[in-house]
Amino acid sequence: MSTRIRESRGQEMVLTAAVAIVIVLLSLLPMLRLIKEIVAPGGTLSTVAIKAGLASPATWIATWHTLVVGIGGTLLAVLSGTLVAVLVTLTDIRARSAMVLCYVMPLMIAPQVTALAWLQLFGPASPFLKLFGAAPPLGTRNPLYSTSGIILLLGVQYGPLVFLLVRAGLRKLPRELVEAARAGGAGWFSVLITIVLPLMTPSIMAAAALAFVSCVGNFGIPAFLGIPANYLVLPTLIYQKLAGGGPAVLGETAFLSVLIGVIAMAGIFAQEVMSRRRDYRISSTSLPAEPYELGRWRPAVQAGMWLLIIVVLVLPLFGLVLTSLVPGYGIALTAKTATLDNYRFVLFEHDAASRAFFNSFWLSIAAAFFAVLVAVPIGYLIAWGKQRWVRLLNLSVELPYALPGVVLAIASLLMFLRPIPLTGIQLYNTVWIILYAYLARFLVLALRPTISGYHQIDRALEEAAQVAGAGLFTRMRTIIFPLVAPAAIAGGLLIFMTALSELTVSALLWSSGSETIGVVMFSFEQGGDSNYAAAMSVITVAVTFALMLVTNLLAPYLPTGVLPWRD
Amino acid sequence: MARLSLDNVTKSFANFDAVKDVSIDVADGEFLAVLGPSGCGKTTLLRLVAGFEKVTSGEIRIGNEVVSRKGGSVAPEKRRVGIVFQNYALWPHMTVAENIGYSLKVAKLDKAVARRKVEDALALVNLQGLGERRPANLSGGQRQRVALARCLVAAPSLVLFDEPLANLDVHLRASMEDEFASFHKRTGTTIVYITHDQAEAMALADRIAVMDGGRLAQLATPRELYHEPANEMVASFISQGILLPADVLSAEQAGHCKIRVLGTELIVRCRPGERPRIGAKICCRSADLDVSPDGPGFDGLVKRVIYQGGSARIEFTPSTSPDLTLHFEQPDPVVLESGAQARLRIRSGWLIPAAGAAA
Repeated sequence: MSTRIRESRGQEMVLTAAVAIVIVLLSLLPMLRLIKEIVAPGGTLSTVAIKAGLASPATWIATWHTLVVGIGGTLLAVLSGTLVAVLVTLTDIRARSAMVLCYVMPLMIAPQVTALAWLQLFGPASPFLKLFGAAPPLGTRNPLYSTSGIILLLGVQYGPLVFLLVRAGLRKLPRELVEAARAGGAGWFSVLITIVLPLMTPSIMAAAALAFVSCVGNFGIPAFLGIPANYLVLPTLIYQKLAGGGPAVLGETAFLSVLIGVIAMAGIFAQEVMSRRRDYRISSTSLPAEPYELGRWRPAVQAGMWLLIIVVLVLPLFGLVLTSLVPGYGIALTAKTATLDNYRFVLFEHDAASRAFFNSFWLSIAAAFFAVLVAVPIGYLIAWGKQRWVRLLNLSVELPYALPGVVLAIASLLMFLRPIPLTGIQLYNTVWIILYAYLARFLVLALRPTISGYHQIDRALEEAAQVAGAGLFTRMRTIIFPLVAPAAIAGGLLIFMTALSELTVSALLWSSGSETIGVVMFSFEQGGDSNYAAAMSVITVAVTFALMLVTNLLAPYLPTGVLPWRD
Repeated sequence: MARLSLDNVTKSFANFDAVKDVSIDVADGEFLAVLGPSGCGKTTLLRLVAGFEKVTSGEIRIGNEVVSRKGGSVAPEKRRVGIVFQNYALWPHMTVAENIGYSLKVAKLDKAVARRKVEDALALVNLQGLGERRPANLSGGQRQRVALARCLVAAPSLVLFDEPLANLDVHLRASMEDEFASFHKRTGTTIVYITHDQAEAMALADRIAVMDGGRLAQLATPRELYHEPANEMVASFISQGILLPADVLSAEQAGHCKIRVLGTELIVRCRPGERPRIGAKICCRSADLDVSPDGPGFDGLVKRVIYQGGSARIEFTPSTSPDLTLHFEQPDPVVLESGAQARLRIRSGWLIPAAGAAA
């Protein structure tokens, strides 16, 4: 009798312990290792590393640049994202889902691909401008190699991020609040200014904080646009130092990466403070407000929206495709010169490039697969578990993704520079260190949809299996996994798409033989072979779009909001 | 089949007691309904018996085995109880047959045997031939029957029903009630049936446990609950009993005693051993009230007349205690009008035992 009482919690303990180990390994350990490097380099407490970092003028210049492009990019993203969200959500604009899909798409494209596409559009070698004979003469400096260029592209990249959050907020706005104001005599514009936007402050603030963290941590855009102009931000400064100095400068870069982390955290903290100044809570739930009738302005507003989409999505991708078809730098694209040689070259002839496709594919598949496998039990403990420390658990899984990728990359380097104690396994300079970083960084992308999947499932379904005699592992396999699978797998696909053309982490962790698509693309562009870089970009974008279509098939089984591009 | 006993079971969440010091003995093969308003702790009680919640103190036994006590609890999957959930909890990714056969599969029963058992269970609930359907393609009543079959197939020692009819429409309720009753007769299983619907509980149960604020208010047969409520809560909760303040004038004699209520003297039923006291309460039912224009009784005002088809519900305030409201039915032809004076007579009632008196 008492043995039956005692044995009953065994499987749950095993599960909890396994989950705890995974999270300690992937989230807590790298962060602790990084902090140790700053406060106690070489094992003893000292402020040497901090002092050295603060003394270097390069640190201050890069910090200043980071703040400038971070704040500039955030402002642009917030303005454009909020405007589009208001227009799409609150007016009777047509073809709404198509607009959402097109506007959100840049979010699914890697930043360095965005950068490359825009560079191809405006540069002197632009096949697009050449079509009209409007290209500047060869040798002219690309106007995007500048601070404003970086800010512009950061705004384009993260506008959709703001859009998604603000739109989610707008959808929860009860219509009574709008109707009461209109009954009180306010016109649509004053309703927007006095009611809607003030109530959206928390959403907009949260979106701004997220955009800021993303802008500050972005590597692809300042790498493609800033390095040629010698305009360095913290992530690119770290990259240059590591590329030049190797592991010897790791301590110095650790300080810089913590500095980025601090700046990012300051952004999130500022948001917290701003949102608490007033009470923005919306107490009631109700239907969303009736869309505002644009009337005779509708064609104009629609035209403006589609023009925006053409500028931020269609033209850059078009430029990218054109560049990938050009046989060499500066040659005009005609029916005669167009060639598929670039594709053949990157896929079959160039060793590093074809290796990169192979590496990136299996890294992304492995990361996605592992994340789905782990997200189901972690989500179970977070969504349905009773323990309180599980909330902390959730927080620590968010950390590696919330912090800029550079931070995690440096932490991984510090952890694995020397062989793993006891086992002697060497991860540094192998592809495995990249896999580790991907697992740590992207796990949360699968976890979030899985948790919202759990919240949609009636717990009684599990309890029914429990009274039918099924132990925890049996329930996991036969009941829980099949039910949350669509959400978890959708998360896995998001991971695959994100990891496939990822650059920030792999740029710092790659070694010869373990190149990723992002890394090879970057080195092609740095070497002036834009057409090869463009060909690789087109392939990854095509794969991403194809996967988005496949993922859409899962949509009927998913909680709303899991697929960012679905309206 | 097994008996179920709860001994002084208490379940506390953070800072309130959802279930407080509840003791119930359910005999082997008995049908017990647990009845109470929402938030009274009846669902927590069910989850304690099933093992989803752990007791804070006290002990739960199924058959001869202690399954819950402070410091230890047999996992739900090892208790061999069946549950019919309020929203059925059928697994959407399995067919009807897979749903029903799940516990057999978990127990690694021989496949042919399991298939036969599933067929038998389907036949028992009149769903032959629907084994390959998905739950989504069934009607509400059919889903309910699948849930019933699923919990039957494992031959549980005890079946728990968690408000199984709450989600069904009125017509279906009546026929499912019949089905549950015949299910109980056929299988002889011990059943604990949670509900907030008195009519359901009265129709089905051998005994009813009325819960209030986490405590067991009364455990008795339906007839006893109605005629001899143990306290004011049960008296007013069951069939809208009317509570009136009274003074007991004589000691109990052959189950009756004399009281004074609303200025008139009256003989009411009572527990053995009642002695004269003041500040007592009696419970009477609307059927115990009569209009008596000239006879003994008390005067008052007709506050409201609600016509209900064939009869009217009259709300009446005695002039001596204007804060009391009595209600009764008057069949057609209804002659009373609101605002009119009338004279009422109480024919009988039940003296509610003093608080703290042994049940």
